[in-house]
Amino acid sequence: MNRTHPALIAGAAVVYLFLLGPLVVVVGSSFSTTTFLTFPPQGLSLRWYENALANGAFRASFVTSMQVAVGGTFLALLVGIPAAYAMARRRQALPGFLGLFFVLPILIPEIVTGFSLLRLAAVQVGIPVLPALILGHALLVLPYCVRVVGASLATFDFSAEEAAISLGCPPLKTFFTVVLPNIRSGIIAAFVLAFITSLNDVSISVFLTGPGISTLPIQILTYVEQFFDPTVAAVSVLLMVLTVAVMAIVERTLGLTSFTK
Amino acid sequence: MTQPLSLHGVGARYGTTRVLENLSLSVGAGELVSLLGASGCGKTTTLRLVAGFLAPSEGTIRLGDRDLTTLPPHKRDIGLVFQNYALFPHLSVADNVAFGLKQRGIAPADRARQAAAMLERVGLSALADRLPAALSGGQKQRVALARALVIRPPLLMFDEPLSNLDAKLRIDMRVEIRELQRANGTTAVYVTHDQEEAFSISDRVAIMDAGRIVQLDTPEVLYRRPATAFVARFVGFENLLPMTVSSRQDGAVMAEGAGGVSLTLDERDFGPIPDRFVLATRPEGLVVGPPGRGIPARLGLRTYLGRAYAYRCETPAGALVAHGALDAPQEPGAAAGLAVVPSLSAILPAAA
Repeated sequence: MNRTHPALIAGAAVVYLFLLGPLVVVVGSSFSTTTFLTFPPQGLSLRWYENALANGAFRASFVTSMQVAVGGTFLALLVGIPAAYAMARRRQALPGFLGLFFVLPILIPEIVTGFSLLRLAAVQVGIPVLPALILGHALLVLPYCVRVVGASLATFDFSAEEAAISLGCPPLKTFFTVVLPNIRSGIIAAFVLAFITSLNDVSISVFLTGPGISTLPIQILTYVEQFFDPTVAAVSVLLMVLTVAVMAIVERTLGLTSFTK
Repeated sequence: MTQPLSLHGVGARYGTTRVLENLSLSVGAGELVSLLGASGCGKTTTLRLVAGFLAPSEGTIRLGDRDLTTLPPHKRDIGLVFQNYALFPHLSVADNVAFGLKQRGIAPADRARQAAAMLERVGLSALADRLPAALSGGQKQRVALARALVIRPPLLMFDEPLSNLDAKLRIDMRVEIRELQRANGTTAVYVTHDQEEAFSISDRVAIMDAGRIVQLDTPEVLYRRPATAFVARFVGFENLLPMTVSSRQDGAVMAEGAGGVSLTLDERDFGPIPDRFVLATRPEGLVVGPPGRGIPARLGLRTYLGRAYAYRCETPAGALVAHGALDAPQEPGAAAGLAVVPSLSAILPAAA
């Protein structure tokens, strides 16, 4: 009775194949010696990695991507944490639509957000490319920050905050010494989610990148339009490794300890 | 260190709803006063006003010679103990207790010593390094108590501190709270909906209803001489009989109630009796006897209470609850007379 049904195993296998197959193809072809994308790889070489790392445009766009992901995420947390706090703390006093307001960026197609930002921020107001990108990505990841931090605040007992105040701790200091430490894991989760979302975004970036400044995913798109060699595969693998590394480091250094401590 | 608290003409509202009206209350230095009432009576609102988490719409609040009315809560110097403990989940027991000392700028070595001494007093020295999540409910409330006491506040306030604990622990903890409060001579306000808890722990009890204090007295007076029908019901006077005096003779008062019920009461037992009044009796203050004396009654359901039987009775004046002796159990349907025991009864002013 405990045997798994063969159809279930087959189904699971198909799903895994579907999920992991493309990755295997990309990783495999990145090591090929051929000058075109092919799978299974022919030969084994690191030349495309060399090529990718030597490519100035990729390197510059990687730096931009990191600046935008870190900057946008921090900006979103800076707005999102107080917003989530206010909504959790004063639910009765605040209008109900506020919660919805902060999820709007998820509901609106990113293409629309990107285009609107281009019209408003870049064209109308004339904000330079990098700040515009950071602003756009902050908007993109804000809903994740508000929701994840909000979920963490929902389990926080605000009477602990009142206890701290009654013991002589001013309200703002109470927020930093009592509230923040107790929603730390939520903030870390929000950071990781937002960082990765920003790092992988195309739709908003495509409108806001400008001459000489591009994010890595946009640079990859541009490259593919012109060349078809495995350099793109190599860059993709590097991007994957980076994403996994960020998650692993955060999980190890901050995420896990906050639960085991 | 210990200071009297006084509220004068305090009102409060949530939006347009009035929750407190013209409330005045004085708590003497070192005194413990309970605010007792059902949920929604304004007792917790009163506590939050004094703590500063709510601003009064009118009136003043003073502690000693300080006017608290507009002082921000973190400057009020009040020890608070919450129903759900409200410990800091990320701090150890010792750090929880030391928190208030840290805010007062006391040196680390000093505050560690003071926190340890306070934990010793509440019997939790062995758990100093634990996190709150690893404590039982009773232990958490002891930590909360230690945390509030260690800052030597001139005023301690308790918001239903024992209602999340089981019955046995509740009784132990209230004795402990009372001992610590007495030993420190701290003025205290204690909010509860549990009459027994309030009476056992307090110097005086304020019974609250609909945003007002209905009666403020010692437990002894409240228990024997409730001032209104509301208080009488609250402290266990289950039988309320509206009556009118028909004749008086040398302190003996003949009074008549609904259904032609007639009783003779003695002013030496009750003090002066007004022409119209409500006779309030506890179940044990109405004794089942042979028919023909007292209030005529037909006995209903009998329940066994250990020291007596309780009877639901039908009388011309309505349904009453009376007690009967254990050695003479009566069957349902029997006719009886209910005699009033003056020491277990009270005279209330007639309802307006």
